[in-house]
Amino acid sequence: MNIFKKTILTVVASLLMVVSVNADNIKIGTEGAYPPWNSKDAAGNLIGFEVELANELCKIMKHSCTIVEQDWDGMIPALVSRKFDAIMAGMSITDERKKTINFSQGYADEVASLAVMKGSKNEGLKTLSAINLTDISADEQATLDTLTKAFKGKTIGVQTATIHQNFLDSGLMGKVKVRTYKTQDEVNLDLAAGRIDAALAAAVAFTDYAEKSGKAVVLTGPTFAGGDFGNGVGVGIRKGDSELLNDFNAAIDKARDEGIISRLAIKHFGFDASM
Amino acid sequence: MLDSFPKLLSATLITLKLLSASLFFGLFIGLFFAILRLNKNIFINKFAYGYSYVFRGTPLLVQIFIIYFGLAQIEYLRTSFLWIILKEPYWCAIIAFTFNTGAYTSEILRSAFQTIKPGVIEAGKSLGIPNKIIFYKIQIPIAIRQSLPAYGNEIILMMKGTSLASTVTLMDLTGVAKYIISTTFKPIEVFIVAGGIYLFMTFIIHNVIKYLEKKYSFQ
Repeated sequence: MNIFKKTILTVVASLLMVVSVNADNIKIGTEGAYPPWNSKDAAGNLIGFEVELANELCKIMKHSCTIVEQDWDGMIPALVSRKFDAIMAGMSITDERKKTINFSQGYADEVASLAVMKGSKNEGLKTLSAINLTDISADEQATLDTLTKAFKGKTIGVQTATIHQNFLDSGLMGKVKVRTYKTQDEVNLDLAAGRIDAALAAAVAFTDYAEKSGKAVVLTGPTFAGGDFGNGVGVGIRKGDSELLNDFNAAIDKARDEGIISRLAIKHFGFDASM
Repeated sequence: MLDSFPKLLSATLITLKLLSASLFFGLFIGLFFAILRLNKNIFINKFAYGYSYVFRGTPLLVQIFIIYFGLAQIEYLRTSFLWIILKEPYWCAIIAFTFNTGAYTSEILRSAFQTIKPGVIEAGKSLGIPNKIIFYKIQIPIAIRQSLPAYGNEIILMMKGTSLASTVTLMDLTGVAKYIISTTFKPIEVFIVAGGIYLFMTFIIHNVIKYLEKKYSFQ
């Protein structure tokens, strides 16, 4: 056996060892930049609702888990290419995503909202307080028309590849200039700097930012649910991993029954966002 | 894979715009600082050296973030007339690219000036040509010819550098590629197409520089 073959075999063998060591360990991918769902503390440790919930679910499933960080825009490709086994990153369950991956049942849900800076012309719009896009009623259409008029030609910032971007691209709010960002933190920065006229994200992402940064970011218009906004947030699992999917579904049932999800939701969101 | 091609091609236009604008402004800045570097005055000399040291010594991504997100934090700037430019991600990207390529260009040109043999300048002087004319008609053309190979490299590096514009919301070639991936979840196919377009641009730039080198060769 020549040295070349030996080297190849050694490399292959060491790779196999790494794989077999990690066989029982579940890797969960999260973003670490979407508070209060998931974020990082000053020391760079992952924290937030989903990080704590993931640990609780793993305890129930009796699996050892590692939570790893992944940029949002590469989240689903990374899951598919087996960088990790599950996504818990505030990812809403949508039909679009279901074409590529499976979702567990939803564990939490929260509404989306537009935000502007205090003093903006579009602060305190007169609309319904909440609309559901699954079945648009006449009143809800009137609210959408109000928004269309108010934001015509305005620049709205969103995080890329989100339900919020899908909604703006759908044209239900008319012709707005959509500017996409890699993270929600960057959306917030540019909203506060005045580069964009408004932003769309989970309502709590803005209230959290306003509270922590002291910037005068205020919510405006209705809260959104249904339609492009999906059906709650669930655990993303690779297609074919049905055993892991069942484990997660059972664990979420148990965590819900024991009130773990509610307790964590109230702790991080300030209200019960569990479902 | 083929569906994404037209979208990527139109995004290439933004990439080319960013590249040509920053190379254009960067060349002037580079020439300006290269001349400052040749100045005997120590303060002027050190100032030019400091500029190229800072911009060559920090990552382009950090520079673009400081200009885009950093400057936007300064209240005073946001109320000044500068905000008209700094508000736009497009101009922020061009400013960052310009200063970055300017720093490298100044080094390339400086070394080219320094390789000019004293005999050439002395020959000009002995013919009674004024110093200014010697500089513009002899030193600068020789320096540009000398720096062509290195500058060609800098153009290619800058072309690839423009992909960082996607980090400040610009939909350039990389930005659009990432957007398509986020909706189709097909990273390999889309990045291969985008990479192919970058490679093609490199091919063109490389050959243009090669042609110019031949045309203006000393032989």
